[in-house]
Amino acid sequence: MATAEIAVDRAALFEFLTRMGDNTLILGHRVSEWCGHAPVLEEDIALANTALDLIGQTQLWLGLAGEVEGKGRNADALAFLRDAAAFRNCLLVERPNGDFGQTLMRQFLFDAWHHVMLTALTKSEDPRVAEIAAKAVKEAAYHLERSSDLVIRLGDGTDESHARMQRALDDMWSYVGELFIADDADRAVAEAGIAPDPASLKPEWEAIVSEVLREATLKAPTSAYVHKGGRRGVHTEHLGYILADMQFLQRAYPGATW
Amino acid sequence: MATATLPSLDEVWHWLSQVPDPEIPVLSLVDLGIVREVAWDDDTLVVTVTPTYSGCPATGIINLDIERELNARGVAKVRLERRLSPPWTTDWMSAEGREKLRAYGIAPPVDDTAADGRSLALARRLASGSNLTVACPRCGSAQTEKVSQFGSTACKASYRCLSCLEPFDYFKCI
Ligand SMILES: [Zn+2]
Repeated sequence: MATAEIAVDRAALFEFLTRMGDNTLILGHRVSEWCGHAPVLEEDIALANTALDLIGQTQLWLGLAGEVEGKGRNADALAFLRDAAAFRNCLLVERPNGDFGQTLMRQFLFDAWHHVMLTALTKSEDPRVAEIAAKAVKEAAYHLERSSDLVIRLGDGTDESHARMQRALDDMWSYVGELFIADDADRAVAEAGIAPDPASLKPEWEAIVSEVLREATLKAPTSAYVHKGGRRGVHTEHLGYILADMQFLQRAYPGATW
Repeated sequence: MATATLPSLDEVWHWLSQVPDPEIPVLSLVDLGIVREVAWDDDTLVVTVTPTYSGCPATGIINLDIERELNARGVAKVRLERRLSPPWTTDWMSAEGREKLRAYGIAPPVDDTAADGRSLALARRLASGSNLTVACPRCGSAQTEKVSQFGSTACKASYRCLSCLEPFDYFKCI
């Protein structure tokens, strides 16, 4: 299948694709850490299925990233053999799981962005990007529906669950902002019509979040401080621990298969 | 098999309609709508398959099952291709497949109810406590409630019947 190459810097496109794939990879890994530990069986299964969707999407994004890069690296090589500084996920997805409420709040804030982003990407000028987005957006819609539902139920729940959800929101809030800040790579793919300008996603994200928070009786923090760096490879200490766990097998036994 | 005549594509479709889905064995891969195309490329049979969900762990097994079935039918050269677009939808599930699901105890997808991420509609739906109506596959009652968005696999949700009290899986619309 011949695909018309769009005039865009290959490095910028690779950067964009690893940002998409690393977000889903790291969040997928984080969520999978709950497997066998969730408060109730149904939620345990739901978390595992969400993780599975995210890891599946990772294979598509990182698979394409490897193709675009053209150095013979496939999705597995990119996932298992890069060091922390080469990862391009936002800091939000590497936040520790905390309690169930924190995991859900992180998921909700991400899902709202993810759904808006994927919806925009279905109109990408690059058909390879558009077809992955068209596939993933249907899954992300279910993720958003579930996390919105639970944020509302727990936020507008008991005093204890409300307090925990408010604390989770306060903790996670400052890690979302970097998703809306453009750099040169973002501008290059936006100009080529491959992806939207990150800032353009904010109004819709805010509309979803403010509505769900209102139903959940939760208050968005007013602080404008933004933690950033993940998207250019400057991570918190948490990513190193995730990678140590996730990459151990391939690092210790290179090329191991089963 | 260089000189032998190749089996017709109708025959190939018929064979594939007898390969069960590894996770829901009452459905065939054709019932599920994931076999998108079969075609001959010289003496190689090209089978184009689309994944249900991105992370469906059955994808690898499905490819193996297709290859094994076709090899057993005498097709020596099989090539599997993945097609993402258009993305798989439960709309492609055959009427026969839906009936088989119900008889198996899984409520079939209710068309046009896929999640769409529209928060306004979502919040209203949540606030009013209403949900889509999924009939119980055992007793047919419409008095059912969702227990969880995700059931035993990503493609299913967990429901409970309020009439006969049985829990059941619902094959989500996507
Ligand atoms: Zn019933």
